[in-house]
Amino acid sequence: MNLKLKIWRQKDSKSRGKFINYQLKNISPDSSFLEMLDVLNEELISKNEEPVVFDHDCREGICGACGMYINGRPHGPDSLITVCQLHMRKFNDGDTIVIEPWRARAFPVIKDLAVDRSAFDKLIQEGGYVSVNTGSAPDANSIPVKKEFADLAMDAAACIGCGACVAACKNASAMLFVGAKISHLALLPQGKVEASERVSRMVVKMDELGFGNCTNTGACEAECPKGIKLTNIARLNREYYKAVF
Amino acid sequence: MDKIQSRIPEGPLAEKWSNFKSNQNLVNPANKRKLDVIVIGTGLAGASAAASLAEMGFKVKSFCYQDSPRRAHSIAAQGGINAAKNYQNDGDSIYRLFFDTVKGGDYRSREANVYRLAEVSNNIIDQCVAQGVPFAREYGGTLDNRSFGGALVSRTFYARGQTGQQLLLGAYQALNRQIKKGNVEMYPRMEMYNLVVIDGKARGIIGRDVITGKLERFSAHAVVLASGGYGNVFFLSTMAMGANASAAWQCFKKGALFGNPCFVQIHPTCIPVHGEYQSKLTLMSESLRNDGRIWVPKKKEDAERLQRGEITGMDIPEEDRDYYLERRYPAFGNLVPRDVASRAAKERCDAGFGVNSTGLAVFLDFKDAIERLGKDVIEAKYGNLFQMYEKITDDNPYEVPMMIYPAIHYSMGGIWVDYELQTSIPGLFAIGESNFSDHGANRLGASALMQGLADGYFVLPYTIQNFLAHEINTPRFKTDIPEFEAAEKEVQEQLEKLMAVKGTKSVDTLHKHLGRIMWEYVGMARNRDGLMKARKELKMLKQEFWTDVKIPGNLDDLNPELQKASRLADFLELGELMTMDALNREESCGGHFREEYKTDEGEALRNDKDFTYVAAWEYKEEGKDPELHREPLIFENIEVKQRNYK
Repeated sequence: MNLKLKIWRQKDSKSRGKFINYQLKNISPDSSFLEMLDVLNEELISKNEEPVVFDHDCREGICGACGMYINGRPHGPDSLITVCQLHMRKFNDGDTIVIEPWRARAFPVIKDLAVDRSAFDKLIQEGGYVSVNTGSAPDANSIPVKKEFADLAMDAAACIGCGACVAACKNASAMLFVGAKISHLALLPQGKVEASERVSRMVVKMDELGFGNCTNTGACEAECPKGIKLTNIARLNREYYKAVF
Repeated sequence: MDKIQSRIPEGPLAEKWSNFKSNQNLVNPANKRKLDVIVIGTGLAGASAAASLAEMGFKVKSFCYQDSPRRAHSIAAQGGINAAKNYQNDGDSIYRLFFDTVKGGDYRSREANVYRLAEVSNNIIDQCVAQGVPFAREYGGTLDNRSFGGALVSRTFYARGQTGQQLLLGAYQALNRQIKKGNVEMYPRMEMYNLVVIDGKARGIIGRDVITGKLERFSAHAVVLASGGYGNVFFLSTMAMGANASAAWQCFKKGALFGNPCFVQIHPTCIPVHGEYQSKLTLMSESLRNDGRIWVPKKKEDAERLQRGEITGMDIPEEDRDYYLERRYPAFGNLVPRDVASRAAKERCDAGFGVNSTGLAVFLDFKDAIERLGKDVIEAKYGNLFQMYEKITDDNPYEVPMMIYPAIHYSMGGIWVDYELQTSIPGLFAIGESNFSDHGANRLGASALMQGLADGYFVLPYTIQNFLAHEINTPRFKTDIPEFEAAEKEVQEQLEKLMAVKGTKSVDTLHKHLGRIMWEYVGMARNRDGLMKARKELKMLKQEFWTDVKIPGNLDDLNPELQKASRLADFLELGELMTMDALNREESCGGHFREEYKTDEGEALRNDKDFTYVAAWEYKEEGKDPELHREPLIFENIEVKQRNYK
């Protein structure tokens, strides 16, 4: 298939960026979106131009490194997948595809489509863990966990930290990301012990890092490649009220 | 021969590890604060080691090339983690896990290491549950297990099809707790380019800031390599795109021996290759072999019609299907170890029975399982894998059988380490996939996660103290000393040399060429002539790389092409070492299959008399062949037999 690409190019975090147009021919519909960008980059290199920079690593939808806005949607037009698993058969011959980096104050652009998401690591550092040292654990079966809760915890823990929820949100809120971690740990007896301290600290940090507030639009849930549910935000709010009031 | 002392403790097998711990040197809490440890990589091994060392009180500097420590490729492991808990009451034990691992590795691993691994496996599960890893559970609230290849018991713990992710997030969260406490300094997007050796001991690294391109110096009392495997030498593999061997290769060039480089694992259940532009291969978890049945048509004309796309697998009646694993290996059936399953698939496809347009695919069929258990049960067990398959191939595996083919997946070989996980450079340790140790010539499914976490949580934090206890009077190093200057200069010169080539071929073009040579001659089946040819072609390719590679952009910038070129320079040399090792090992064992050495039935034929050893290679100067050292493997607790899964 033949495509027109409109890609955001930005030299570094300080420079102004702009859209540049590219033409690409003979792309296989069976190739992945990132493989299509690989082909573009090979062409750019052959013309002595700098290739488009984008973060990516596992290319199987689990590491969370890749992420970009494609035609106005995080991770593109398909649902429940990251951009590395998006395939060109979802587009038509002759399409124009607009590609942009995540837009959020807390995720500054580094170069082209690569952004700095270290704010997510800083959020986890505010208690997104269980304080247990290596070697001090009791036998794994000593505390039974209701299957229903273990399954719900797993649903929340499936978050890959890609940042699509923040990018999709008109307020650039990190509530779904934080809600997922709060839920994952609060649902399990091992994480419950520190639940109230955890939620208090993470919520404060979220504001400090420049993420916006949640206005319950639900764009985060709609665009999450792992199907993390809004109920996790509800659980975050419940845990927060329990902790603070 | 003093380069290669395995330092296995005395005493009966089951007591070695506790004897070691009882008698080893320890560092007291006040001194721990004065000792720095560098950890390269934040996968299961690196993150768990960094967190555990920091909890103990050491000052840790942790590095990864990704933008966050949460992204290391351990995250992609799907199926599960083994442990000898025997929660299923099916007769499992530490000895049985040890036995299965040594047998699965085709008797090319160290007994004492593997026994220790089996011993600490149970602690790992306890630790991970305590961290809040949401393992699958039964309705009664206890942990669930599934079975994996090469075992007759169900000992694999899992978190849906995302076990690696959940275990890594557990370790990542523990690491972040220590970052917050100030015990770990975290350096993401910082790639290791050189090892700094002072007075014969590993004392630091040269890193390159991926964003600014700036070279930086970091010192420590010890360096721990947890940089993963080298499967990307083949270009197409199930590894992450950025996974590389460069940190390990720099250590090799500074004197660390490289163990069994030719032992790489080919995983039987990957989505088949579909085109020239393809950048990587996607694994379908081995756990699928619990319920899926592998087959090709019995009749060649059916296979040919499949290859032409005239019929689909659904059109072939039951009696015309050849469930070749069940036929050849009735005892283990679809759950034979990975090397056996991969070779069997290759054998059928080479004989003309492949089922897709390239003739390089076999079916993995869930029809029986869906009929037996219902679609809901299959979806609950494998839903995310089925979804992933459909997104990639556009086929719905609930309706049509999956197509799979073997692909490069894991490296059993790696930096040689002794029992204490110390390399042949004092103060340099290697853990997880980056070392050669526990899997012999073939790794069993769900054992990589076990080994990564065993090394990081429970082995290295002890054994490294045996070294650090002698360093309590060594003050922190400054980095403006000549050893650091020289190491940085080497890197600077190498990078400038790369940028100066200004040739015509892109890095990927050359890397794909390397991959084709490696897959053709050093892949699933190897022979002397092919390996000799590979050596010649690799030399030529290396020459081509250094005269014709084209790297756009600048040195002092975020330049992914330069990163890739630098890694490829090392892969080219490693490829040659793998070829030499494969030539040297004139036997077939595990993942290393030499066509000259097989039984009448086509199974791998070991030569125990001449090759029951670890091949540990020592770097000599540029242009000279590396020197082979042999560490004999002694089996006192297991009878060495021809592997039999029939």
